[in-house]
Amino acid sequence: MKTLIIAEHVNGELKADTAKAIAAAQPLGECHVLVAGANVSEVASQAAAISGVSKVLTLEDSQLEHQLVEALTDSIVALGQGYTHLVGLASSFGKDLMPRVAALLDVAQVSDVISIESDDTFVHPIYAGNALETVKSLDDIKVLTLRASAFDAAAKGGSAEIEAVSFVTPSVTSQYVGEQVSESERPELGNAAVVVSGGRGLGSADNFAIIEALADKLGGAVGASRAAVDAGFVANELQVGQTGKIVAPELYIAVGLSGAIQHLAGMKDSKVIVAINKDPEAPIFQVADYGLEADLFDAVPELTKLLN
Amino acid sequence: MKVLVPVKRVVDANVKVRVNADESAVDTANLKMAINPFCEIAVEEAVRLKEAGVADEVVVVSIGSKNSQEQLRTAMALGADRGILVETDESLSPLTIAKALKAVNDKEQAQLVILGKQSIDGDNNQTGQMLAALAGLAQATFASKLEVNGDSITVTREVDLGSQTVTLPLPAVVTTDLRLNEPRYAKLPNIMKAKRKPLDTTTLDELGVAIKQHQQVISVKAPGQRQAGIMVESVSELVEKLRNEAKVIA
Repeated sequence: MKTLIIAEHVNGELKADTAKAIAAAQPLGECHVLVAGANVSEVASQAAAISGVSKVLTLEDSQLEHQLVEALTDSIVALGQGYTHLVGLASSFGKDLMPRVAALLDVAQVSDVISIESDDTFVHPIYAGNALETVKSLDDIKVLTLRASAFDAAAKGGSAEIEAVSFVTPSVTSQYVGEQVSESERPELGNAAVVVSGGRGLGSADNFAIIEALADKLGGAVGASRAAVDAGFVANELQVGQTGKIVAPELYIAVGLSGAIQHLAGMKDSKVIVAINKDPEAPIFQVADYGLEADLFDAVPELTKLLN
Repeated sequence: MKVLVPVKRVVDANVKVRVNADESAVDTANLKMAINPFCEIAVEEAVRLKEAGVADEVVVVSIGSKNSQEQLRTAMALGADRGILVETDESLSPLTIAKALKAVNDKEQAQLVILGKQSIDGDNNQTGQMLAALAGLAQATFASKLEVNGDSITVTREVDLGSQTVTLPLPAVVTTDLRLNEPRYAKLPNIMKAKRKPLDTTTLDELGVAIKQHQQVISVKAPGQRQAGIMVESVSELVEKLRNEAKVIA
């Protein structure tokens, strides 16, 4: 058995979630990591230094500068035939790429895996996390995307060899135009130990400042419900839920959000959940370890102050 | 230009599902069914392209049981011109669905295929990407903005760190994110009119698509329940509990 993990990186930095995929894939045998991009030597050395990696493959070409899937797919499909498992993350990049690869290998994919039971049996949530499905893959090559929040990261201390692999000219291409990245000093939502999320109850974008102040006090990330994003209070990459980010921090503080099924899907595996809401019937109280029925405009600033 | 929109019949988004006692599947008997919310956004986008004079025909297709006709009629009430039902009672993997959609599109030759980014039952988020791969087309997943300019499209995509804009040659495959648009409601006269719009039925056999079993479901279980929490009376009590009982803050 041999696994190929598709690494994720941005601005010359290997993403922390790739180390989680590497740890998760250890039971699947020999572990290779593919680093693809226009200039990846720096990222490749970071990947090589992770414990459990036996080889890092670099795929470099100017066409891979923006890591668009059309440019990547054919190379990964060619490479993938030598592996029993192809593993990506259930991130926007992995979700975009892996099904495209799986289809060309004529194999199914198991999405958003939260547990690897054996080399062919995997658990993943369905119906917004209201059921956990265990499936046995019958395909020769197993293509998986992993839910990063369900796994711990592999430690450093590896010294894998680095080997270049050849680029396959893509059969179809799309063109990168540009991107808008939210600048934030706060920890990344998916990896933060503390997440403070606000919902419709905040009432306006300006009022979100009290959520940000509490998050900053706790060194945490800011999240939001769909309603808060739709209302324009915060940017959509902060949405937590079935169709946004899935998080599982040590502490999740839900403020002024009711706790719809779709929101719970993104945070109910948090270790400790706190809910602050003035509606005692809000469904969020059913999953909260600590609930406080209060007006958030009084309670949140008071909480921030008491944490001094 | 012709736009093809695949739609799926799923359990209504507001229904909390339960797992069968024998842990074989989710119990969907007698539950309210609806068109998958992301598919609704896809239909809305296609209809808007038609209203803007960019598209001249919007075709909706669904793969599933006879009952999926209801969702095709809903899509036609929202403005789609005609429907195709690929009737099957089998439970199909996204790969087989993608193969069936490719076979439908080989006949229809749509310039643009718009799908939802995921269905809220399987939560797979695979079909659009697989269709694009099999058809040899470029893909723009998780679209929040779509512009057609002649023989290409410019799409803004929701990605983890923000948004990304890409240009794709047509024909192409696009999958919709929540913020692409706000779907309209079907008006009663349109619901009546939709009943008279053409709806063709075909089968996987007729399309030449073989069903291959890729996965075997071992079990479907309810997730672990969280222990019941407590209500605190004050912010200071909350801080005390978080500090000394849960030990999650310093």
